[in-house]
Amino acid sequence: MAAATSPGSGQSKPHAGVALDASAIDHAALHDADHTHVHVEPIPWKTGAVGAVKPIDRDTSWTPSAASPAAPAPAPKKQKDAAAMAAAEKAGAAAMESALGIGTGGGVPKKKKIDPKLPGSGIPARKSIRTLVWVRRASQVGFFVLFMYFLFQTGFHGSFAAKSDTPVRLPLPVEGFLLADPFVSAMTVLSTHTVYRGLLWSVGLLALTLVVGRVFCGWICPFGTLHHFFGWILPSRKGRGALRVEANKTHDRRQNVKYYLMYAFLLASVAGSAIGGLFDPICIAVRAIGLGVIPGAQYVAHRGLGAVQDVPVRPIQSAADHTQDALASAVWGSHQFYFHQTWLIVVLLIAILFMNRFVPRFWCRVLCPLGAFLGVFAKFALFGMEKDHAKCTDCNLCLVNCQGADSPQGGVKWRQDECHMCLNCESSCPEDVIKFRFLPNRKSALSAPALQRRTLLATTAAGAAFIPVARIADSLDVNYHSKVIRPPGAVEERAFLERCIRCAECMKVCPNNALHPALFEAGIEGLWTPILIARIGYCEHSCVLCGQVCPTGAIQKITEKEKLGLGVPPVKIGTAFYDHGRCLPWSMQTPCIVCEEFCPTSPKAIWVEEVEAPVRDSKPGPAGEQPAMLQVKLQRPHVDPSLCIGCGACEKVCPVQDQPAVYITSVGESRSKSNVILLENTNYNQKS
Amino acid sequence: MAEKPPANDEPASGPPSPMFERPGRREIVKRIGMSAAVLAGSAVVGKALWDQGGFGASTSSAARQVRDYRLKDRAPDHAELAIAKQRDGEPEPSAEQLVRRAIEAMGGIKRFVSRGDVVVIKPNIGWDRMPIHAANTNPDVVGAVVQLAFEAGAKKVVVADGSCNDPNRCFQRSGIWRKAYSLGAEVVLPAEHRFRTTRMKGEILDEWPIFTTLVDADKVINVPVAKHHNLAKYTAAMKNWYGVLGGRRNRLHQNIDVSIADLATFMRPTLVVVDAMRVLMRNGPQGGNIDDTKVMNTVFATVDQVAADAYGATLIGQHRDNLPYLKMGHERGLGTMYWENLKVREV
Ligand code: SF4
Ligand code: SF4
Ligand code: SF4
Repeated sequence: MAAATSPGSGQSKPHAGVALDASAIDHAALHDADHTHVHVEPIPWKTGAVGAVKPIDRDTSWTPSAASPAAPAPAPKKQKDAAAMAAAEKAGAAAMESALGIGTGGGVPKKKKIDPKLPGSGIPARKSIRTLVWVRRASQVGFFVLFMYFLFQTGFHGSFAAKSDTPVRLPLPVEGFLLADPFVSAMTVLSTHTVYRGLLWSVGLLALTLVVGRVFCGWICPFGTLHHFFGWILPSRKGRGALRVEANKTHDRRQNVKYYLMYAFLLASVAGSAIGGLFDPICIAVRAIGLGVIPGAQYVAHRGLGAVQDVPVRPIQSAADHTQDALASAVWGSHQFYFHQTWLIVVLLIAILFMNRFVPRFWCRVLCPLGAFLGVFAKFALFGMEKDHAKCTDCNLCLVNCQGADSPQGGVKWRQDECHMCLNCESSCPEDVIKFRFLPNRKSALSAPALQRRTLLATTAAGAAFIPVARIADSLDVNYHSKVIRPPGAVEERAFLERCIRCAECMKVCPNNALHPALFEAGIEGLWTPILIARIGYCEHSCVLCGQVCPTGAIQKITEKEKLGLGVPPVKIGTAFYDHGRCLPWSMQTPCIVCEEFCPTSPKAIWVEEVEAPVRDSKPGPAGEQPAMLQVKLQRPHVDPSLCIGCGACEKVCPVQDQPAVYITSVGESRSKSNVILLENTNYNQKS
Repeated sequence: MAEKPPANDEPASGPPSPMFERPGRREIVKRIGMSAAVLAGSAVVGKALWDQGGFGASTSSAARQVRDYRLKDRAPDHAELAIAKQRDGEPEPSAEQLVRRAIEAMGGIKRFVSRGDVVVIKPNIGWDRMPIHAANTNPDVVGAVVQLAFEAGAKKVVVADGSCNDPNRCFQRSGIWRKAYSLGAEVVLPAEHRFRTTRMKGEILDEWPIFTTLVDADKVINVPVAKHHNLAKYTAAMKNWYGVLGGRRNRLHQNIDVSIADLATFMRPTLVVVDAMRVLMRNGPQGGNIDDTKVMNTVFATVDQVAADAYGATLIGQHRDNLPYLKMGHERGLGTMYWENLKVREV
């Protein structure tokens, strides 16, 4: 019951702003207090009840009988004051509405035909709104499909049309959703004081929000769409009735969390870390789907279709073959991708999706910092809701499908900053209470959350304080982990942490599966930032794709020339080292030098020394004497640290399977002036 | 639960409560029967799936596996090793001209490809290098072979290889994808699902994943590039079959000569067309430096993989005696390392 009563008290505030008198508030509060949920009325549209319906849940009990004399009398004719207010705006608003193809043409509702199939008074919603709801659904599906398509295209699939000297780039702006993400921009602006290249697009999304509110959340955001979908299918039968209405009411306490998080992350950015990317919905979607769901599906498909391929029937085999071909070329590429510790990312995704069973769109309402950020700007939106409280019969149909938990129902003020603009409320209202329009009056709207100043201060301070705390716990200036090998073109570690939003675009695009989300290798602050694990994949010599997709410039958009070092020093990401105790020619007198073969630089950074070495025969002599000593010719590999670029090809291909005999570490990376070996690269002005 | 027996510290004295009634005989039989059935079921499943442990060392002693696409006929009046080079005073010939000349001297493509054949062409597309680096087969040589195969009436021409670097990149940047595709060949990248484990039963190559696309064919034409190899010294035709293998082929280097011989025993192509238009003289097999290459404008064709490599080695100044895999091939009867003994024709 705690959840049931707390919003009641929270929402007594909005009442005060409406043109109601105190007695109504008292009445509502009283009603709240003694109301119990034992006798929940059946949901009207399920029972098929027509005509006046009783509310299925009455926490916000505004009823006509409780209206004070001061309030306009409930009447079929439209409210007078609303008309008066509207009169001034009519001309302009009407023009805008008709230009956009929505609205009622001047705010004068035509006489509604009563639809006997609808519950309540059966007044159908405006046609434009009903259409818009479908447009919204189409938009959600469309953007989700686009997002997935971009994700599938985040990888180099090659082309039969490209010439051999065509630079290898992705043809599509696959990181587009991130570029349009204003929270990402805000974080990086605060940390770097610049707007990196394509991130300027995010201004467009801000502009959209300033006109029509959080349309991004309800119409565009692929992660939001996912939650919308799961909020629709996951709840139990019970969770679709009164429980859902309850869950869909504004719960200030929990819905404020996202604002605190957002401000904490912004302060962390000021302190020099774009760690908020851990919570950015687009980053999460790319990371969890790209690194978890897609490779998982690939694994299952590969196993399943592989089993089908073994069926000894020709047509079945070839069908399975073709399916695999199509999937490999259009969806995931030609080999299985693996990601270090990605299970954690997937478990968190599943957990957050499962929360939809209890609170629809739990993520969007409670945690999403991007939603909160857009909410701040939605305050200025020109499009919004007006409602006629007097007509509301408390049937709560609007609440059943409300996405943002923004109090669309009568009797309380609408929360503009929470609303996802899904328009479900107006579309489902049978009483003609809710109207969305341009330049609405703000009589029953609130546009900012009631944040607790102390909590706000505490959380933002925590956000700012976390960064130095994480950094004095070593891992950055001292005790830098040798396996934190950043992608080629990555900027110096501090600047990197200012920029990397952990979106995983680079890891998804890497053709060799070389980049992986760090767990704690890069310290707690570096969670899920990219590191190169050469044992799984090496950095392809002529590839610059990770820089191409990095939305924030944590990895710069280097060219092949810069990377290969044509005319400039090459980009080094680390240096290779030999473990002579494990290397075959070094310790087992066995020929190998696969590492030398794969070393891509020219001249090769790995050079071999021809030696003759003694080796003992494995078999004893004929009379059981000691095995004889033989001489073998060997090539023993060495690294030239001034030529080695740390690509890790040697480590990847070394046949000493479990722990390679040659391995790379980050030392010598060209982005750092302190993490160096060679004298000529050392800069004594930097602390090491 | 309406008539709950009294909370009993003392034994119930009255008639036994209906809550303690015994189940009926039928019910008892049924329940015991169910238990027995479940037990029997699990016993049957357990027996059927019983694994008695141990490694179960394989005892099969099947003969070496071979994929043999060679012609059965011997054509005495044609060349056995046809070397097409730039003739004295001739303007620089195109790759296509050289390929045509070499194959013509071998008796023409019709001798090797019949109408309706599925022809697999195996170039070297191992490395993310451009044609100028001569680490992969020259795309024009591949193109000429594709063209000829179609001229002979091939139903389908497939070009495929198992690359070392990222295959998408190798296929694109080698120029072979574009060239072969534009001529109508099907270009197949080495996707994981195209590999099947096969018992090759070689001396050291026993069970390996095989790139099935390369062996599902009527005719197979090996189109390697001649180049230096730091470990094996010189490689072209026989070593080109590394591209058939999946899995961790980096282990083959420990005994590279026997691996090469095993592979060449497994794959016996219809025809070998070696590209020596531009030859990587040093830093093979990957190269990467144009200064390491030398323009030779040569293409040679043969049906004998061993002779092809024995001759090719001379191009970079190597001798057959330094290449143990040639000797092994020779001894296994795969061909002759004394290429001079063949009918050699320079065209
Ligand atoms: S790490 Fe190397 S191979 Fe991977 S995307 Fe970046 S440049 Fe390409
Ligand atoms: S470095 Fe990778 S994870 Fe970080 S912002 Fe760039 S693309 Fe995203
Ligand atoms: S690949 Fe490994 S085992 Fe072989 S030579 Fe290089 S380091 Fe040694």
